[in-house]
Amino acid sequence: MHEPALQSLVDRVQEARAGHGSLNIVGGDSKRFYGGERSGESLDMRALSGISSYEPSELVVTARAGTRLAELEAALAECHQHLPFEPPRFGPGGTVGGMVAAGLSGPSRAAAGGVRDHVLGATLLSGKGEVLRFGGQVMKNVAGYDVSRVLAGSMGVLGAICDVSLKVLPLPAATATLRFEMEQAAALQQLNEWAGRPLPINASAWWSGMLVLRLCGAAAAVRAACTALGGERIDEPLAGGFWNGLRDHGDEFFVTARAAFDAGATLWRLALPQTAAPLPLAGEQLIEWGGAQRWLCSSAPAARVRDATAAAGGHATAFMGHERGGGVFAPLKSPLDRIHRELKRAFDPDGVFNNGRLYPGLCP
Amino acid sequence: MNAPLPTLAAADVAQRRAEVVAALGTVLPAHALLWRNEDTVPYECDGLSAYREQPLLVVLPETESQVAAVLRCCHELKVPVVARGAGTGLSGGALPHRLGVTLSLARFNRIVQLDRLARTATVQCGVRNLAISEAAAPLGLYYAPDPSSQIACSIGGNVAENSGGVHCLKYGLTLHNVLKVRGFTVEGEAVEFGSEALDAAGLDLLALVVGSEGMLAVITEVVVRLIPKPLTARCIMASFDDIGKAGDAVAQVIASGIIPAGLEMMDKPMTAAVEGFVNAGYDLSAEAILLCESDGTPEEVDEEIRRMLDVLTGCGATRLEVSRDEAQRLKFWSGRKNAFPASGRISPDYMCMDSTIPRKRLADMLRAIRRMEVEYGLRCANVFHAGDGNLHPLILFDANDPDQLRRCERFGADILETSVAMGGTITGEHGVGVEKLSSMCVQFSPEEREQMFAVKRAFDLGELLNPGKVIPLLQRCAEYGRMHVRRGLLPFAELPRF
Repeated sequence: MHEPALQSLVDRVQEARAGHGSLNIVGGDSKRFYGGERSGESLDMRALSGISSYEPSELVVTARAGTRLAELEAALAECHQHLPFEPPRFGPGGTVGGMVAAGLSGPSRAAAGGVRDHVLGATLLSGKGEVLRFGGQVMKNVAGYDVSRVLAGSMGVLGAICDVSLKVLPLPAATATLRFEMEQAAALQQLNEWAGRPLPINASAWWSGMLVLRLCGAAAAVRAACTALGGERIDEPLAGGFWNGLRDHGDEFFVTARAAFDAGATLWRLALPQTAAPLPLAGEQLIEWGGAQRWLCSSAPAARVRDATAAAGGHATAFMGHERGGGVFAPLKSPLDRIHRELKRAFDPDGVFNNGRLYPGLCP
Repeated sequence: MNAPLPTLAAADVAQRRAEVVAALGTVLPAHALLWRNEDTVPYECDGLSAYREQPLLVVLPETESQVAAVLRCCHELKVPVVARGAGTGLSGGALPHRLGVTLSLARFNRIVQLDRLARTATVQCGVRNLAISEAAAPLGLYYAPDPSSQIACSIGGNVAENSGGVHCLKYGLTLHNVLKVRGFTVEGEAVEFGSEALDAAGLDLLALVVGSEGMLAVITEVVVRLIPKPLTARCIMASFDDIGKAGDAVAQVIASGIIPAGLEMMDKPMTAAVEGFVNAGYDLSAEAILLCESDGTPEEVDEEIRRMLDVLTGCGATRLEVSRDEAQRLKFWSGRKNAFPASGRISPDYMCMDSTIPRKRLADMLRAIRRMEVEYGLRCANVFHAGDGNLHPLILFDANDPDQLRRCERFGADILETSVAMGGTITGEHGVGVEKLSSMCVQFSPEEREQMFAVKRAFDLGELLNPGKVIPLLQRCAEYGRMHVRRGLLPFAELPRF
C-alpha cells in the first residue's frame, strides 16, 4: 500500500485497466491548448503536492507532481536559487509534473540546457499501475537506463509522473540586457559568432529588426561583456518584464499571434539548428535560443511549414491555434515510429494514459 | 554473465562459429573478420580484466553499410552482438559473449566535420575523446566532458556510458554535450536520435540511448556540442585537519552560490600514496585535501577564487595555496589524476568503488569507511569527485589471501549499500556492465528492473544487443558487484583514472 493520495491514483489506473478505460493526466490545466487530442477521464494530480526535500547546498530539489510551479520557484528564490531552464508559466496553476511532461523551456535554454538536462530522477505511475522510481537525487548516476529524463516532454504517454528531482542552480550574481538594431540574417550570424566566444550570453531574442541579449554571470564577466559587445543597455525592471513576457508568452508578439488565430493563423514552434538561414515562410517570426527556437505565426499550410523546417534540419510543432486533428508534432519516420509504439506498449500496455496527446496511433 | 549459458561442447561452438563466419564472409572483406583463437584473444576483456570471455568471432567493419549488413546477418542468425569502442571501460560493458560477435568500431576513427559557426563536431564513433578537443583547439573551442582516460577512450564509448569527468558539475555529462547520434537498430536499420536543433520530435530517445551501454542500438556517428575555451583557469589546494570540516567546506562553497569548474577531495591515505608517486607538493599532514578550480575570464576567475578562499578559510582550512600558473595548476591535478596507479604501487590489489551520494553525506561516508576499515581489517584510500558526490574509495588488499579477498568483497558491498541508504546510487560514471549487475538489485525493485527489460525489448525484441549486461535477472539478485584489480595491474595502467 502507498500513502492514501498515491494509492487512490493507483486504484484509478487499475480500474481503468480493468474496464478498458483511459485517463487524461491533469495538473493545473495551464497547458490544455498544447499537444494532441485529449481523451478519457481526468486524473487530477494535485493531491500529490508539496516539496519533499530541498537542500540548497545539494543543488537538488524533489517535488511532488501536483506542486504548483509558483510554489517551487518561490521556495528556490528564498535561497537565491532557480530553475535555470526558465519553464514557461502559462497560468498561475501550472504544476511541476506538467512542466516536466510538457518539456518546455524558456529563454535561457540554449545556454543553460532544457528541462530534461535538469531532471535527475522521477517516480512514475505506469500504465500497469506500478509505482517505479528511476534516476535519483544525485548529479551523476548511470545505474540502468535513464528513464526519468525521457519523461521530460513525454506528454504523459508513458505514465503519470508522481514526483521529480531536479538540479537547481544559484541565481546569477549579475545580469544585464542589451539591445541592437539588426536584420534577421545578420542577427543569426552575429549570435552564432558571439556564441563561439567566452561571453556570458544567457538568452537572446530577435523580432522585427531588433535583437535583445541577456548576459548573466559573475559581475566582472558581465561588466566586461557589456563593454565588449556595445549596444543599448536596457534598465532592469523593463528588461525583466521583457524576458518574463517571452518566457510566459505575454509578450506583444504572442498576444498578436493569438489575436490572429480567428483569421486562421497557427502559432508554430520551429526547432532548428542555430545556424539555419532565415526560413522563407510567410508570417511573423520571433527567434530565440540563438536561432534554435523560432516562433512563426502564419496561415501557411501545415505541410509547407513542416517541409521547410525539415529541409533546414529541424522540426515544427503546431503550438497553438490549430486544428489538433491534423497532428501537432512532426510525424516520425521508421524506425522511430516503431520504437515509440513499442515504448508506449512497454510502459502502458493497455493504453490507459494520455492517448493521442503525443501522436495519434501510439496506443496499441 | 547474467544467467549461465547452456553448456556447449567445444565442437558445437566451433560449428556455430563456422556457420557465422560463412555468413559474415559474404558481407565483409576477409581482413575485417577475426575468428582464429590467437586473433580473438586480445578482445577477451575491456578495462575490467577480472572478467574474461573469448568471443565467437570479431568483426572490424569499415563502413556504415558493412555495420548494417553485419547487424542484419546476426539478427537473422540470432547471434548476440557486443559493440566495442576503445575497450577502456571499467565495468565490463564490452565483455564478449561466448556465442556472440564482438563488433569493433575501431576503424570509425574519422572526424567528419568541424563547424566553427555552429560549434559542432561530427565525428565517427571511434574518434578518441581528446582528439575532438585537439581538432577544435584552433577554433578556440573544445569538447567539455573529460573522463580521465580521455587520451584513449572513444566518443562512442562515452555515449554508451554517459561518461563524466572532473568538470561535470559546471559543464555536464556526455548527454548534455551531445546533440545527435547516428547508428543502426538491431535489425540493421539506420536510425538517428536527437537532432542538430536543441530537441527532436517525439520522445527524447537520445536521453535513453546515451548511457544505455550498447544495449539499445549500435552508434556509428556522433554530433557533439563544442564550447568556447575558457580564457584562464586557476586551482586552490586547501588542507583540512578533519574530514568533517572538509566535507562541510564542499557544501559551503556550493551554498555560497559558486559552481566551481572542478571540486575534488582526497583523504590522508590517498595523498600519502600519490605524493610518493608524483611529488605534487600535497600537504601530508592534512586529513583531507580539496582541489577547487575556477575557469572563465581573468576577472571572473579572480573574483571566484577570492570568494572560494573566503569560504574555505571560514570552514577552517589549515593551509591554502592558489596555483600561480598553468604548470602549477597541472601539478596540483597530477596527483589526483594518478590516484589509481599510485594505489597499485602501495598494495598488491585494490578494488575501486564508484558510488555517488548526496554531497552533505561526504564526511559521514568517510567516517563510515573508517569504521569499516577496522571491521574488515583492510585499508581504504579515498578520492572523491566531491562537487558531484561521486566517490572512488579504493580498498587495498591481497587477493592471494582468500580471507582478505572475502573481507574486501564484504567491505565493497557495505560501501555500496551505505551509499544507496544515504540516498545515492551504485555507479556514478563507470557503468553497470557486468561488474555491478548484482548491485542493481539493491537499488531497483523487481518491477523497476522488469520495466528496464521492457525498455530493452522495445528496441531489441530478441535481446541480441549486448545481452546479459546492466539489468540483473531475478536469480542474480543475491550479491554485490566490485572492481577487482589483480596485482595492481590495471589494464591500460598508463592512463590516468578517476
